[in-house]
Amino acid sequence: MKEPLIRFTDVNFIYAKTHGREGLAALQDVNLEIFEGEFAAVLGHNGSGKSTLAKHVNALLSPTSGQVVVAGLDTSDQEKVWEIRQKVGMVFQNPDNQLVATTVEEDVAFGPENLGIPSAEIQRRVTESLKTVDMLSYRLHSPHQLSGGQKQRVAIAGVISMLPKCIVLDEPTAMLDPEGRNEVMSTIHRLNREEGITVLHITHHMDEVIGADRVIVMDEGRIVLQGTPREVFSQVDLMRSLHLDVPQVTDLAERLRNRGYSIPQGTLTVNEMVMLLCPSD
Amino acid sequence: MRMFRSVTIGQHIPGDSIIHRLDPRTKILSAIFLIVLLFLVNGFVGYGLVALGIALVIRASRIPWKFVIRGVRPLLVILVLTLTLHLFMTEGRVIFQIWFLKVTWEGLFRGLMMGTRLILLIIGTSMLTLTTSPMQLTDGIETLLRPGKKIGIPAHELAMMMTIALRFIPTLLEETEKIMKAQMARGADFQTGGIMQRAKSLIPLLVPLFVNAFRRADDLAIAMEARGYRGGEGRTKLRELKFQRVDVVALGLVVTFAVLVGVFF
Amino acid sequence: MSIRLENVSFSYLEDTPMSQAALRNVSLEIEEGEFVGLIGPTGSGKSTLIQHFNGLLKPNSGKVYVDGVDLTLKDTQLRLIRQKVGMVFQYPEHQLFGETVLEDVGFGPRNGGLSEEAVVQRVREALAYVGLEYETIRDQSPFELSGGQKRRVAIAGVLAMQPSVLILDEPTAGLDPEGREEILGEIRQLHEERGITVVLVTHSMEDVARLVDRLIVMERGSIALDGTPVEVFGQVARLKKMGLGVPEITELMHELKARGLDVNTDILTVAKAEEEIIRLIESRKVMGWQK
Repeated sequence: MKEPLIRFTDVNFIYAKTHGREGLAALQDVNLEIFEGEFAAVLGHNGSGKSTLAKHVNALLSPTSGQVVVAGLDTSDQEKVWEIRQKVGMVFQNPDNQLVATTVEEDVAFGPENLGIPSAEIQRRVTESLKTVDMLSYRLHSPHQLSGGQKQRVAIAGVISMLPKCIVLDEPTAMLDPEGRNEVMSTIHRLNREEGITVLHITHHMDEVIGADRVIVMDEGRIVLQGTPREVFSQVDLMRSLHLDVPQVTDLAERLRNRGYSIPQGTLTVNEMVMLLCPSD
Repeated sequence: MRMFRSVTIGQHIPGDSIIHRLDPRTKILSAIFLIVLLFLVNGFVGYGLVALGIALVIRASRIPWKFVIRGVRPLLVILVLTLTLHLFMTEGRVIFQIWFLKVTWEGLFRGLMMGTRLILLIIGTSMLTLTTSPMQLTDGIETLLRPGKKIGIPAHELAMMMTIALRFIPTLLEETEKIMKAQMARGADFQTGGIMQRAKSLIPLLVPLFVNAFRRADDLAIAMEARGYRGGEGRTKLRELKFQRVDVVALGLVVTFAVLVGVFF
Repeated sequence: MSIRLENVSFSYLEDTPMSQAALRNVSLEIEEGEFVGLIGPTGSGKSTLIQHFNGLLKPNSGKVYVDGVDLTLKDTQLRLIRQKVGMVFQYPEHQLFGETVLEDVGFGPRNGGLSEEAVVQRVREALAYVGLEYETIRDQSPFELSGGQKRRVAIAGVLAMQPSVLILDEPTAGLDPEGREEILGEIRQLHEERGITVVLVTHSMEDVARLVDRLIVMERGSIALDGTPVEVFGQVARLKKMGLGVPEITELMHELKARGLDVNTDILTVAKAEEEIIRLIESRKVMGWQK
């Protein structure tokens, strides 16, 4: 059995009082393994602990009890923190609050600069990263000239220029319009597919997890459900009770099943449903 | 944001002229020489020479004249004020007198001198900002200040602060406009009333602006940490500043010019 | 209270080289008591349009009337209009400022010149509408509330003016499904109980499909479509060309129709779709899934 890239073992996390959520157990007995090359999505409503989980992966937080190991490095080990942050890149929710520099290329260079990489190599990486997120023609623009989706793509480029093994995206689409969401989603899927980067995508938009290899559903700091999108969404009632949406098509399929029709469980997309009802094509 | 877009002070005009390509340190040092020179020179011949020098630089930068001139416009009030004060406040040979206000030859002379000095100062230093991107400017200042680290000048931190300030000014302006509109939609009035009342009416604008700025600062700190930032130690640069032959020549020219004009005029 | 726009055009930075037309000759009437959805791609002019409804922006040409009052005239008392036409901006919690919830929510009515007693009454009612209890929350600092509560307090701050028209610019942006449901439910309740006119700007096709009576689609500064949700969502091809979607369930029905099934495409909800598909199966137009 291959060693997982990320492993949570019995992780508990309790916020200190200063965070205004005193004594709240944000993570409870979390056990989780993410393997290299996987596209995993974490789904949960606000306050379910999904962002806290994300911050554990690159040592922005370390567990109150239990252990988080990333690429063989224990995140509680203070000396390994910077190595971990190079291996795990993080993209945050607010596109305005994570770009540091006044031009796109300077911002993408920020991470490699921190790593002390020579100029020539930084320049090469900046060009490559911007190409990967399809933002190369904007390299001299300033962040405030960009749309939300473009800003998030620059943020992603700023992370991949550090050549991480894994990217954790903490609700990167929550503040974007549908167009921006599509841009970001197709970018991270491409990164996963073509560059082999492991993705941990945190969201509360159910339609963004349909393309994932695995969906992890969280509620009150616990992992309550895990599986392929099809397995997860076929649990319509459980999802509803967790205040999560299911795709309308899945909802429809489940309703038909409840009325005694033998539509297969976990039908996810419009296309699948059309194929079921018009099998002739 | 939209209502602030017309402001042009401190604006950078990207280009590929020889002036644009100079090392920012060359330009910063030259600007400092210019400032010192302007305070040494005391005569119109000297100013004429400096003006000629600046004109040559503007020409070489290929920045449209009207853009350079526009930079002076916001300071017109100060210019007029300087001129008027000197005109009326200087004792000396009277040209004419209106009531108790005496206009003297000396006043006219000093007023014009100060005016010219101010205009040259503004145009000269604006050539620095017009041809140098804020990022380069910050880099230049950081590198120039680096030797000062030993005596406790936090060069990197200052540069980082400048960068972040520059990055967030447009964001904050946009946010100011948005909050103003939202409060106006709830009947807030920022325009009428006495000074106290107006100051009080700013609370619903300033409080959210500060709260949001702190939130942004928090977010940004976490994002920077996540991207491996831990101060200036061991950091490299996307583009290291390099003095080229042309910088040496340019700086040599500026120094020679400054010394000659400074000594003889 | 009705809103009427006649040939309204608007450009940001008019008379400068950077001028860009945001509204082009828009004419529109919103009747009292309507629940209108406003959709369109980013940059299509939705935000610019709604800011004309309470005089935050004034047209370069054309007229805006609120209840017959011409907002483009110089001496129109915009402050009075703004008490009647309430506007909730995007992320309204970013505009909270009061030391207490009472102070913040009461800001609007106080600006309207109400007595402190009346203000308190307004605040109490407004908070009740967004599901918050006045007694427990009045003295709390709005900055110490949870994200969802902040949003509600901010919306209450607009409701406390008791506007006859309520304009909301993406009131559920960034909220999770539960928070979204609750806020939309509260808005709908307001509309039904108080007869308030509502204009809802949103990106969620599913939300407008369930909520609104009338749907206006903006594209490049003009009104591209205007009709009932069923009418508008019937234009699947056109909406997709603009980069907008239709509710998934509506898309399904249109796809089935395209495959030659005799199916009703005027369907916006899962429940309706369920009945329609059962009808198809039972009438043996779709084979293989009989009980």
